[in-house]
Order: sequence, then structure tokens, then C-alpha cells
Amino acid sequence: MKAALLRSKDFWSGLLLIAVGVLAVAVASGYPFGTMTRVGAGFFPIVLGVLLVLFGLYILVRGLAAAEPIEAGWSPRALVLLPASLALFGFLVDRAGLVPALAVLIVGSAAASRQFDLAEVALLALVLIAFAAAVFVWGLGLPYALLVGL
Amino acid sequence: MGLLDSLALGFAVAVSLQNLAYCLAGVVVGTLIGVLPGIGPLATISMLLPLTFGVSPVSALIMLAGIYYGAQYGSSTTAILVNLPGETSSVVTCIDGYQMARQGRAGPALAIAAIGSFVAGTFGTLLVALFGPPLAQLALAFGSPEYFSLMLMGLVAAAVLSQGDVAKSLAMVVLGLLLGIVGNDLSSGLPRFTFGIRELTDGIGFVVVAVGVFALGEILANLAAPEQQRVLARVSGSIFPSRRDLRDALAPILRGSGIGAFFGVLPGTGPAIASFASYMLEKRLARDPSRFGHGAIEGVAAPEAANNADAQCKFIPMLTLGLPASGVMALMLGALTMQGIQPGPEVMSQRPELFWGLVASMWIGNLMLVVLNLPLVGVWAWLLRVPYRLLFPAIMVFSGIGVYSLSNSAFDVYLAAGFGLVGFALMKLGFPMPPMLLGFVLGPMMEDNLRRSLLMGRGDPSLLVKRPISLAFLVASVLILLLALVPAINRRRARLSG
Repeated sequence: MKAALLRSKDFWSGLLLIAVGVLAVAVASGYPFGTMTRVGAGFFPIVLGVLLVLFGLYILVRGLAAAEPIEAGWSPRALVLLPASLALFGFLVDRAGLVPALAVLIVGSAAASRQFDLAEVALLALVLIAFAAAVFVWGLGLPYALLVGL
Repeated sequence: MGLLDSLALGFAVAVSLQNLAYCLAGVVVGTLIGVLPGIGPLATISMLLPLTFGVSPVSALIMLAGIYYGAQYGSSTTAILVNLPGETSSVVTCIDGYQMARQGRAGPALAIAAIGSFVAGTFGTLLVALFGPPLAQLALAFGSPEYFSLMLMGLVAAAVLSQGDVAKSLAMVVLGLLLGIVGNDLSSGLPRFTFGIRELTDGIGFVVVAVGVFALGEILANLAAPEQQRVLARVSGSIFPSRRDLRDALAPILRGSGIGAFFGVLPGTGPAIASFASYMLEKRLARDPSRFGHGAIEGVAAPEAANNADAQCKFIPMLTLGLPASGVMALMLGALTMQGIQPGPEVMSQRPELFWGLVASMWIGNLMLVVLNLPLVGVWAWLLRVPYRLLFPAIMVFSGIGVYSLSNSAFDVYLAAGFGLVGFALMKLGFPMPPMLLGFVLGPMMEDNLRRSLLMGRGDPSLLVKRPISLAFLVASVLILLLALVPAINRRRARLSG
């Protein structure tokens, strides 16, 4: 029973909604609520936060009654590599230039796949970088240095 | 201005060399991503949207719209040749389309899908032209209470009628509304939910959310699932359908267009629902229903017409009322706002070239698509050999550049990466994502209209029910919510999403 609950979609969904709702109400209660005529900055978010908590409770209770398990299928590799390489791209664009930033992004993302082939990925990176430089920098005139310091 | 004058203005705008080029670019990209499973119009439009800031609003809209309806054409190619829907809109087309291809009739199947889409597209465009102006005229009389209630109805309908769990869809709408108010409060200037982060004071960019959830989130979901083996059916023999094919397909195409148009104006109903409904209707009307599932041409003609009519008619509420009826329309609305255009009924009177230019370009784009899809089907089929492991890094490149170019801020890129993870987690928990985007786009407008309504009523919220049009929207919202509790509909929804 307990194990089933810990895999239940609705159980976690409900908890998540309640947590976000409570956080919203807690933060928004620091904003002026205003009067009914002149509604303050806190009114709308508090209403929304309460609604989230209510939906969360409903889904949580439903999850206690009938637990539908979260489907299997995770790729921990992808979950780490993809967001990290995207963030790294953002960090590198203006510090190192578009070309190194894209190289990191492409190789980093491609490494998330189960069939990673270095030669193939290197070729892909070359093509995509050339394309991006041609279209975005020369074509659309986006103001990015291809390589900082060049 | 009469309808003919307006259409003349529209065509004058749409056939300018620049706009023709943007239209062509849009439909080519649309067909491309439509053909390729694993990337859809939502992700593509969000990635490319920032790149349209430099061009005029009408060109931007023409191109983005082209991507959207172009994808409907492209996805039928994949459905017929590989038995895999390129987009969800072609799920039903797989059934009989692939059977036709296996019987060596891939050519006629593709042709009928394109012709059906074109007829439906023409019909849909005509409806937008006919019903847009009176609807906008009507909406000019709306005040804040009407807008608030209209948005409420739109959001409720979008959540209830969309595929997936109703409670979870509604919760996503609320979460979207909440995310939408992050940043400085419009009326008091107070920063809300910024947690002291300077970059958040202007709010979260909707492109950041959309790219994170729809591009990165989708890739994460796709990589978690094993890659499917694709077996391509060959296109051999004549592409042209026989006279008998055309005769058999004519009535289904017309009925499909009608059904698609009906579902098109409803918020929340995706093209999958319209095509499914028209398939069921054809099966019921057929003299010999057992042919369905074994290569019946009606089973390709009707759903493909329906999904394209649906796609075109989704523009009606967005262009006339400023109400997005689907995730893609929320993106279009955001594109308008970022171009400095306040969406709503004034768009048609103040910027007629925008509305009519778009309408005319949609018809031209549909024509281009027929030409693009039929003779070039070999090229598109060849693209299907590109494995996903080469495709998704390319999507990452476009995502990264798209988000970064919003305001040349690394923070936006970090935020998009975060939204990708959040989106993936929410999808895993069974939350549908488009309702969140709708709420997100409408959040600030809804709060603003609610405040104004209360101010107008001197603090008395009953103004919302005292004004007849506002009351009608509120009653409709309640009725739609009750609809969600009807067991028969719930069963059908479960079947559709399962």
C-alpha cells in the first residue's frame, strides 16, 4: 500500500500543487490585499494560491483512493546533460563566443543519446555551427561574436 | 469596407514579395517539422518567434501561421508512409492511410490528404473572413467585466475540452495564471514573486516558458522512451487519385471541413478531436463500414480536412477577441503583444492590413502547400530517414539561440533549462502543458480586467453578473464545468487520450 502510494501520480501531483499553492499564499500575503474597490497586489495571487491548494487536495485524495503509478521511462543522463548544456550555452555565448557555446551545446546534448558516435556528432556540430553562423549572425545580423577575442 | 474590398487589401498585402517569401518560409518549415515526429509546431514556433521581432508584425504572423498549418500537411505524409503520426492531428490518418500505402496506393492517399486539406483550408479561411469582422464588431462593446468573464470561459473550456484529466488541466491553468503575474505589478509597480532576482522584475518571458516546456521538455520525454523503428512505405505508381477516388472523397472532405470548423472555434479542442470525430462520422455514414481500417479513402480524406479546417478556424477567436483557443494561438497572441500590438477587437479596425493580410496569406499558403507536398513528397520521405539522435541537438541549438536572442540574457537561458525540467516532471505526473501556457499568457490581462471591473462596480463584484454578456459567459463557464462531470463524456475523453 505504502509503496504503491509513493509511485502514485495523483499523490505526488496533489502534494506538488498544495506546496506551490501554500508558497504562493505565503509570499502574496506580504503584499497589500487592498479593498474590494481598489484591489491590491496580493488579492489575485492569494485567490490563485487557494485554488491550487484546493485542486491539490482533490487530486491527492483521489490518489489515495486509486493510485495510478507513474510510468517508467527515465533517462537520468538526458535529465542532467540537456538542461546543463543549455545553461552552459547561455553562460558561454557572450563570454566565449557563439562557436564554442554551440559546440558545447551540441556535443553535450548529443551525449544524452544512447547511441553516441563521436565522429558523427563532430560532423553534426560542424554543420549546425556553420548553419547557425550563416543564418543568425550573417543572415539575420544577431550581434554575437563568433569567438570572443578574435 | 465591404468583404471584397477587405479581401483585395489582404491579397495586396500578402502578395508583396517579402510576405510571399515569409509565407513560403513558414510553410516549408511547417511541412518539415510536420513530417518529422518528435518536433511539433508548438516547439518550433516558440523557438523561432524571437527571430521575427525584426520584421513587420504582419510578416511575422504570416510566417508563424504558415508553420502552424504547414505542419498539418506534413504530418499526414508521415502518417501515411510510416504509420506514425507526424503530429497528433494525424493520429487517425494512420489507420487507413497506411493501409492504402501498403496496398500500393500511397500516392493517391497523399494526394487526397493534400487536396482535402486544401479544400478545408480554403473553407476555413473563408469562415475567418466572414465571421471575423462581425465578431470583432460585437466585441468592441465589451468592457472589463465582459473580458474577464470571456477569458474565464475560454480558460475553463480549454481545460475541460482538452485531452487529459480535467482537474489537472484546470490546475495547470491556475499555475499558468500565477506564473503570468511574476514581475512588477501593473498598477502598483510592486515586484511580485521575484524573490529579489532583478531579471524577474519584467516578468518571465513567455518564449522562455514555451521553449523550456515544449522544446526541451519534449526532448526529455522523447529520450526517455525507446526510439521507434521506422519502416517506410514506398511511393510507387501514379500520385494522382483516380476519378473514382475523387468522387468517393468529395463528400467526406466537405463534411470533414464542417466538423473541423465547428471544433476549431471551440477553445481547447485540439485537431486530434476534430479528425477523430469526422472519422467516426464517416464510418457511421458508410454503406460498408468494414472497409474502414483496410484502406478506405474516406478515412484519409475526412480527418485530414477536419484537422486543417480546425487549424484555420482557431484563428477566429484569437484575432477577433484576443482569446487564444490553443497553445499555438497563445504563442501567436504573445507574438502580437511582443510586436507592440494589443490583441483584441480593435486589431481589425486599426490594423486591417494585419487581419486581412494574414487571411489572404493563409489561402496562398495552402496553395503553396499542395504544390510543395505532392511533387516533393520524395524529399519529405527522405527526411524521415534522419534519426532522432541527429534531430534533437539541432532543436537544442534553435532553442538556445531563440531564448538567448530575446534580450541577450543568459538568465533567460537558465530559466528555460529549469522550465524544461519542470515541464518534464509535470508531464510525467500527467499534467497537460498547453493549458498552462494559456493561463500564463492571459494571466496579467485577466487580473487587470478583474481589478477594473471591481473598480467600476465600486467594490461590488455583482457587476460581473449584472451585465448580460458577462453573465452569459459566466453561465457558459459553469455549464462547461458541469459538462466535465457527465460520465459519458469522461469515458470518451479517456478513450481519446488513451
